[in-house]
Parts: sequence; C-alpha cells; structure tokens
Amino acid sequence: MCTSIVEIVRAEGMAQRGDTWFTLNQAVVTYDHARHALLEDVITLDFVDAGSSRVGVELTLESAKALRAALDRAIAAADYEEAEVRGKGAVAKAA
Amino acid sequence: MSFYRGMICENVTIKGDGGTPITAYVARPEGRGPFPGVVLIHHAPGWDELYIEFTRRFAHNGYFAISHNLYERAPGRTPDDAAARIRADGGISDAQMVGDTAGAVAWLRAQPQSNGKVGVIGSCSGGRHALIYASTRSDVDACADLWGGRVVMTREELNARTPVPPIDMTNNLACPLLGIFGNDDRAPSPEQVNAHEVALQQHSKVYEFHRYDGAGHGFFYWNRPIYRVE
Repeated sequence: MCTSIVEIVRAEGMAQRGDTWFTLNQAVVTYDHARHALLEDVITLDFVDAGSSRVGVELTLESAKALRAALDRAIAAADYEEAEVRGKGAVAKAA
Repeated sequence: MSFYRGMICENVTIKGDGGTPITAYVARPEGRGPFPGVVLIHHAPGWDELYIEFTRRFAHNGYFAISHNLYERAPGRTPDDAAARIRADGGISDAQMVGDTAGAVAWLRAQPQSNGKVGVIGSCSGGRHALIYASTRSDVDACADLWGGRVVMTREELNARTPVPPIDMTNNLACPLLGIFGNDDRAPSPEQVNAHEVALQQHSKVYEFHRYDGAGHGFFYWNRPIYRVE
C-alpha cells in the first residue's frame, strides 16, 4: 500500500544516533509499508534535526497504540507533578 | 564455461531537473552491445540497495540499466535518511521527477552501447512516476508500472507537487504500458486499477495488465514478507 498519511509536529529536545546526540527540530509520524521491519504496513516515527540527522522507528499498529497509551499515562502523571510543583492547583488523582 | 556473462557497474553523474547534477547507478553487460536500455525509477523508500540490485539484474539479463537518485537534493547521510525527509515533505514534485528522468533517458541514449531503445520501469511511487513520465514525454519506447499508487487521485490529494492525476494524462501516453498489480493491494486498489484500464481503453492505448490473487503491494520485493515467490 502506498499512502500519503503523514503527520508532522515541531519537536523540542534531543535524540541519539550512535554515539552522537543532536538537537531535534521535528517529529514525523507516518503509516506506510515498512522499509526495514519485516512487517507489511507500519507506523513510522522519524525524529529529525534541521540538518541531516535522523532517528527512525518502525512499529506495528498495535505497538504504536500501546506507545500512545503509555505516553498518555506518563504525560498525565507529568502534568500532575508539574501542577503540584508549581502550585497551580493540581486536580486530585483518582483513588 | 562462462555461462554467466559479466557486467560493468558504476556510479555516474547525470543532468537532473534544471541541470542539477544527480547521481545514477548504471549497469550493463560485458561487451560492445548494442543493448536495449532501461531506466529504473526508484520507489518511495528511496534509492535503496534493492533498486541497485534491480539495476544489476536487468544488466544480467542483457539490458543497459540506469537508476537515478530522485532524492539527491534531500539532506541525509544515507538514502534511508533522505527518503524519510522526502516522505515528511510529501514527496518530490512530479515535474522534478520528469526532469531527472529525462536526464537518465538522455544519458542512456548517448552511450555507444545503446541500441536506441529505452524503456522506463518503476514500482510503488516509481510505478506512478514511470506512468507520468511516459505520459508527459515521448522519448521512451515502453513503460512498466508496478503497483503504482495514486494513479487515481481525489481532488483533495492534488497539490502543487502533484497537480494532475496520472489517469487524466492517459490520452498523452506515448508508448505501450505494462501494468502489474496485486489484488490484495489497497493503494492501488483493484477498483482503481479497473478505472485506469477503462481510461486506457477509452483512449485506445496499447497496454497489458496482469493482476495477481493472493498478492498485495510490492510482491516482487524478495527481501520483504510481502514477497510472493509464486
């Protein structure tokens, strides 16, 4: 399958490729046929800088969904911590 | 006994779109020829090792083959990186592809070992590109489209880089077309392949379509699980 499914977000942070860390510029999410993983269609994550550096990941759709859920959980917990530290009135965690 | 003929392979620099120098991998059988020429237009994963190998395989079978790097202008340390940048950018423009491919065709025709015949072949986005090339220029003698997606395009899919659906160029197709498709593919879907065939018939074009059951996208890619040996 040839798709044109591409989502791009600006990314602030760093990524490591081999021994070298580089400053991130954007993250790209696509769904298309795999280039390397021995799978058919995959979610691809590319973390890139403004130059020529890239870290690429190919995931099954199921793995990508699990990653999304993990991100949601971690971000929710991080938001709570941030709110507590900054005294902005964190919403109480559900028991 | 030299049952297998040797071949000569090298990288050359050709004039791409707008005169920009781009790299191409070329392979031809040993000997003076003349040999028929094939231009291989690489797929969306880029100017990768698979396409370099395809190029050699054509030479092994008696062709003077050239595969040019459409992604040469993209930043990236490897063809993989360049392909990722191009993917994020929404692909290269059809116009740039035509300009780059015209450079490969001209280079091939200028070689003393050429027999004057040149075909163009591509798979995936390269299949679509091969079709566009053969429908835009009249300097190739045959075209092969292997599971090229987005031949049929919705209005929403059109943009400055891909302004015209290839199916709308059918009237200008200037050479015979070979189409190879898997019936399990979703892009192009069997319905889109059928629509393309209807357009070819309406314009009285010479074509041959082969559809395969139990095969999806990219079923010639021997190094992928989508390969179908049969």
